[in-house]
Amino acid sequence: MSPRALTWHRVILWTALILFAIWFLTPLYVMVVTSLKDMDQIRGGSLLSLPSSINFGSWAKAWDQACTGTDCGGLKPFFMNSVAMVVPAVAISTTIGCINGYVLSKWRFRGSEVMFAMLLFGVFMPMQVVLLPMSQILGYFGIASSIVGLIVMHVLAGIPSTTLFFRNYYVGLPDELVKAAMLDGAGFWRILWRVVLPLSTPILVVTLIWQFTNIWNDFLYGVVFSGADSKPITVGLNNLANTTSSVKEYNVDMAAALIAALPTLFVYVVAGKYFVRGLTAGAVKG
Amino acid sequence: MSRYKVPSASWLPKLVVAPSFLLSFFFIYGLIAWNGYLSLSASHMLPNYDYVGFSNYIDLFDNDRFHVALKNMLIFGVLFIGGAMALGLLLAILLDQKIRAEGVLRTVYLYPMAISFIVTGTAWKWILNPGLGIEHLVQSWGFPNFQFDWLVDDQHAIYCVVIAGIWQASGFVMALFLAGLRGIDESIIKAAQIDGASLPRIYWRIVVPSLRPVFFSTLMVVSHLSIKSFDLVVALTSGGPGYSTDLPATFMYAMSFSRGQVAMGAASATIMLCMVAAIVVPYLYSELRTKK
Amino acid sequence: MGALTIANVRKTFGNVEILKGIDIDVQAGEFLILVGPSGCGKSTLLNMIAGLDAPSAGTISIGDRDVTWLPPKDRDIAMVFQSYALYPNMNVAQNIAFGLEMRKVPKDKRDEAVQRVAKMLQIVPLLGRKPGQLSGGQRQRVAMGRALARDPKLFLFDEPLSNLDAKLRVEMRAEIKLLHQRTKTTTVYVTHDQVEAMTLGDRIAVMKEGVVQQFGTPEDIYARPATRFVAEFIGSPAMNMIPAVRSAAGAAANGIDLPLTAAQRDALQKNSAGKLTYGLRPEAAQLSADGVPGTLRFTEPTGPETYATVETAVGLLTLRVPGYMVAKVGDAVHVKWAAEATHLFDGESDKRIG
Repeated sequence: MSPRALTWHRVILWTALILFAIWFLTPLYVMVVTSLKDMDQIRGGSLLSLPSSINFGSWAKAWDQACTGTDCGGLKPFFMNSVAMVVPAVAISTTIGCINGYVLSKWRFRGSEVMFAMLLFGVFMPMQVVLLPMSQILGYFGIASSIVGLIVMHVLAGIPSTTLFFRNYYVGLPDELVKAAMLDGAGFWRILWRVVLPLSTPILVVTLIWQFTNIWNDFLYGVVFSGADSKPITVGLNNLANTTSSVKEYNVDMAAALIAALPTLFVYVVAGKYFVRGLTAGAVKG
Repeated sequence: MSRYKVPSASWLPKLVVAPSFLLSFFFIYGLIAWNGYLSLSASHMLPNYDYVGFSNYIDLFDNDRFHVALKNMLIFGVLFIGGAMALGLLLAILLDQKIRAEGVLRTVYLYPMAISFIVTGTAWKWILNPGLGIEHLVQSWGFPNFQFDWLVDDQHAIYCVVIAGIWQASGFVMALFLAGLRGIDESIIKAAQIDGASLPRIYWRIVVPSLRPVFFSTLMVVSHLSIKSFDLVVALTSGGPGYSTDLPATFMYAMSFSRGQVAMGAASATIMLCMVAAIVVPYLYSELRTKK
Repeated sequence: MGALTIANVRKTFGNVEILKGIDIDVQAGEFLILVGPSGCGKSTLLNMIAGLDAPSAGTISIGDRDVTWLPPKDRDIAMVFQSYALYPNMNVAQNIAFGLEMRKVPKDKRDEAVQRVAKMLQIVPLLGRKPGQLSGGQRQRVAMGRALARDPKLFLFDEPLSNLDAKLRVEMRAEIKLLHQRTKTTTVYVTHDQVEAMTLGDRIAVMKEGVVQQFGTPEDIYARPATRFVAEFIGSPAMNMIPAVRSAAGAAANGIDLPLTAAQRDALQKNSAGKLTYGLRPEAAQLSADGVPGTLRFTEPTGPETYATVETAVGLLTLRVPGYMVAKVGDAVHVKWAAEATHLFDGESDKRIG
């Protein structure tokens, strides 16, 4: 290829890449810009125009004054609910996944591979199919419209994925490490604590990020299993943006959307490569 | 290759995983069965365990709204899956060309997967807003007769869901294909170059065929995503106008939790399960078999 | 009862019988080698001695304790793995002390043991480093240190030198031998390398397809191999094998009579074998003025000697010729040997006749 053709190729390549980048970034830009305008600017200007004056009023309103149905307390209570739900759910599902993965990779027994395959279906099944029975069960235990109920739901739904992540990772750790530790006199728990866990940092980060993102962003369980006091932020946002009661305040809607997106976006920007590893690890290896 | 098993202390690992496995199996298979029974029952507002056979399924397939949901599933499925796969593959191939800013671009293409579908739906709802969104924007650029009210048009609203869906998911497809492209042995490409093959030829004859496994697993993941689509529709269109953008997932939710038709809801959930199983089970089976 | 007794051990995986009845008795302080090609079952046997696997039948005893079903930590053994299996997150000192830590040995005694072992293996300056920062040979020593620190009744080695380059292998082999002379701990050593087997072992068990083909001292195995496999496996270049048939004089190949001793002729008479294999080690044959005629095909000079391959009427023969050769490729030569240096095997069963 002559240098000339090479440059021409590269120009087309870069143009395409940048156009796509613009397409992906525009909605984010629009959200930010809209949230900083007041309603006059929105009606007067257009989607892409910059705000003539920067106004954080809609952010404040989205946080503690906007109406989400009958309450007008903003997104703050929903944000707190999400936090209260996400932290235990991520911690518990990750811990269980770690132990399961450890057993399935280093302490295999007859039928363990079959059990793993059966568990794998839980990664893919549509959750619609458990909604009705689960609401019966949670109701029976008295946790149907509570954060505890949501935590239970997320843990149960998360175990197949977290187990998959840890098991696939631990299969890559040399078996001889475990054998050497056995000969040194370490038992099941000691080997996990002293030998396997110290080597688990990459997969731990991937799993925590993956679980955090999925559970924070979930809407289905949030809308089915929560009561008045336990709705997570996704439900709050949807209520806020879809209220037909008053005049639409698009800037507040956008500010609210950004508030809901910030935690996972922040994690993504800071630890993005682990996020990618989670996506490719879970999806490519069945 | 032998599997090493310690003669004694083999009960502890089993004991340790038993609770979570039992719970999970009950959660998956027990509840599927329970839901299946509900779909064969006379439940309306509340569960009622009288057996009525398949009448709910017959009613389901007679239901206009479910017809719309299935039709939308087909349209949305084909367009979303096709669009996301094509765009994702294109982005992956573009990024594979040794770009200096690859890391930054990858972050940009992939960030939509980090945000909730509700956020995406809310944002695109605003963008596609007839009157203040794209329609207004293009008109302000000097095209006063431009119209783009798809969002509120019951024939075209579903395509808005497609656009927002592709926007969210193509980065994910790109990440998977990029990993697959990176997994191809460099020396095979070099050998082809020495043999005199041109770059497009190399891509077509060597690279794309070796992406087959990645292609299928990605296809499976994206199909599965599309069947489960619920959040996006709720935020973007609330299933409307009317129920013209209903999908099986929103149908199920409406029947089960707002219209007091629990048995119908359970039946639609079972149909969704069958759709997913039809894709996932053969795939998993072939994967686990070749793994042996 | 020896330090280690393996009695009629069998192992079956599914339909495949990996070990078909192994009987080995190891004396206290002895260095036992398990050698054989891959798939012969030597690693499986080692794992059972270690307690990482259990036999389908038979028993394993250490001293007079039946340990067949005991977990590894109760057997008082230590093992050095092929990949060394050092804990990557701990430094060398912690790696060495880990086994003692698991046995609740107090810190000061542990530190003592680490120092003692590190001095013995000359790895004191490495104690603060992590395994990732060590070379192959250094890791090997740390792995041995970890085993030594426990002062066990039995040492197990699973092909520990396979991952080292040739020169390092020779050095480490000598170190292992010296170590054994110092500590006199009973050792079982698995390898596929016959040179390691011959140089390190007090006694060698040559295994093939789950069976011990011969169990004896290196001299026994070299001088009187019990089967054709053992004869070809031990010794490099391999023993020359000449297919032969019975003749009036005893044995012949292609019409040429092969020299036999009286004892061999006797053994032949008592034996019913139809086809025979006549074995001759390369160092047992010489180039001379008379003998079996042949043509020199190619030579491989190694420095101290030359391996010469001669094409004769009885087949291709490889000889060891001291120093450098005068004869050149293509020259006509004669090969001579004494009957006492030959081995006779049954052509079908491959067992030794005489």
